[in-house]
Amino acid sequence: MVDLFYAPLAEFEFMQRALVGVIAIALGGGPVGVFLMLRRMSLTGDAMAHAILPGAAVGYLLAGLSLPAMTVGGLFAGVIVAVAAGLVSRFTALKEDASLAAFYLLSLALGVTIVSLRGSNVDLLHVLFGTVLALDDGTLLLLASISTITVVALAVLYRPLVLECVDPIFLRSVSRSGTPTHLIFLGLVVLNLVGGFHALGTLLAVGMMMLPAAASRFWTSDITMMMLVSVLVGIVSGISGLLLSFHAELPAGPAIILSAGAVYVISLVLGREGGLLWLAWPGRHLEA
Amino acid sequence: MSSATAAVRFDEVTLGYGRRPAVHHLDGEIPAGSLIAVVGPNGAGKSTLLKGIVGTLKPLEGHIRLKGPGSGIAYLPQAAEIDRTFPLSVYDLVAMGLWSRSGLFGGIARRDHIKIEEALAAVGLIGFERRPISTLSGGQMQRALFARLLLQDAPVILLDEPFTAIDAKTTADLLDLVRRWHDESRTVVAVLHDLDMVRRTFPQTLLIAREPVAWGETGEVLSPENLLKARRMVEAYDPHADVCHRGAA
Repeated sequence: MVDLFYAPLAEFEFMQRALVGVIAIALGGGPVGVFLMLRRMSLTGDAMAHAILPGAAVGYLLAGLSLPAMTVGGLFAGVIVAVAAGLVSRFTALKEDASLAAFYLLSLALGVTIVSLRGSNVDLLHVLFGTVLALDDGTLLLLASISTITVVALAVLYRPLVLECVDPIFLRSVSRSGTPTHLIFLGLVVLNLVGGFHALGTLLAVGMMMLPAAASRFWTSDITMMMLVSVLVGIVSGISGLLLSFHAELPAGPAIILSAGAVYVISLVLGREGGLLWLAWPGRHLEA
Repeated sequence: MSSATAAVRFDEVTLGYGRRPAVHHLDGEIPAGSLIAVVGPNGAGKSTLLKGIVGTLKPLEGHIRLKGPGSGIAYLPQAAEIDRTFPLSVYDLVAMGLWSRSGLFGGIARRDHIKIEEALAAVGLIGFERRPISTLSGGQMQRALFARLLLQDAPVILLDEPFTAIDAKTTADLLDLVRRWHDESRTVVAVLHDLDMVRRTFPQTLLIAREPVAWGETGEVLSPENLLKARRMVEAYDPHADVCHRGAA
């Protein structure tokens, strides 16, 4: 048991760093994912993960595999796409999904083009799938800062965020905070995606948001609990993914997302709130 | 003519979407404390008018003035616009009515909890506090939304077809609340289709068919001639409509 679970994490520094990294990602990503899911923006998260690519690629083109350059580039591109898509959907007839699809296709094509201008296959793999087993001090600090900012911002914005999901017209009739809340929330999504990008790459970053959130929906119908469960699922998937990758010599990023996927499937089948098993055998109906 | 007692005053207001008017050149005022029904055929601009008063839709022309800056308005839109699958309890939905006092971060004090309980009692939803809103029937949801209106404690209350698809008992209960608001000298504006209900309960009526048809005492407004006129006025959309120059000269 010790060999299986404890030893790899205790002995190797790169495993410890990866552990801290995935816990930080789970802390911020889970709650953001829950709100994305409840706002029916799950695919928005996916689209925005791709939107980060051209910015990170420009950073890479200018400065190589440098943390600050790629972070700033990714944030910049993500925020531009998020804000542009948000504004287009608020003020024109186009819905958010359509306007986002337009912007993210544009930026994905741009990003792939830029990376191909100057890139070895190793670098390309780094950008697409991240390097969770090679997190340096700077990256860990960045991940920790992002999750701190996220948790604090969600606590502050909690009320208008919930209200904007349930009854946006009511919120607009009592307050002007709807649009800024929405934009700040999109900013948090971008921030967490950029953090996830360093560890898991552009393609899988969104996995640590959506899979824990989707799994949590099957265990509770209380939104606060949902956020806690999603964080827990994220941490458990992170640890088991790292161990899986260590013992089976699998690439770490995909192993983490596969673990999260396994938790999702288990929740889908066994979850108390509408899991398949409970739908198939609900038991006899109640008196009232 | 602008009196100090107007809750809402319309100055040649045109509201619409794109450049097309849905409410065309409305002029007049809703006196504070009045209980007024807005009636008219579908597409007459009734909901648009309420959106204009709330401020979610800016007039294409003219001004809508409210009594005093930042005077509170409580607004109940047509029911379909709430996400009822969201994991939220009835209690939390009703508690939203306290927004104007608690705002973004303010806590909910002990006396606020008492107010929420009172509002739930007033609409007959005691015992429903912990129920998720997804489990409510249409009538129960409407009761919960009226409880939220009670908590908003606003001097002006706008209701958009509040009794559509609601059973007789619920309608009667909620109509009692409307009368109570009127007795408390609040201004209540309700979009309605049931003309018998309007005649029984609402002293004032605005009959609208894009253009105002008649406005005043309910008995006079709802004459057969006016109703016929309103039905004729909601004519088809004209793709080649000219620019309106009324009032510009």
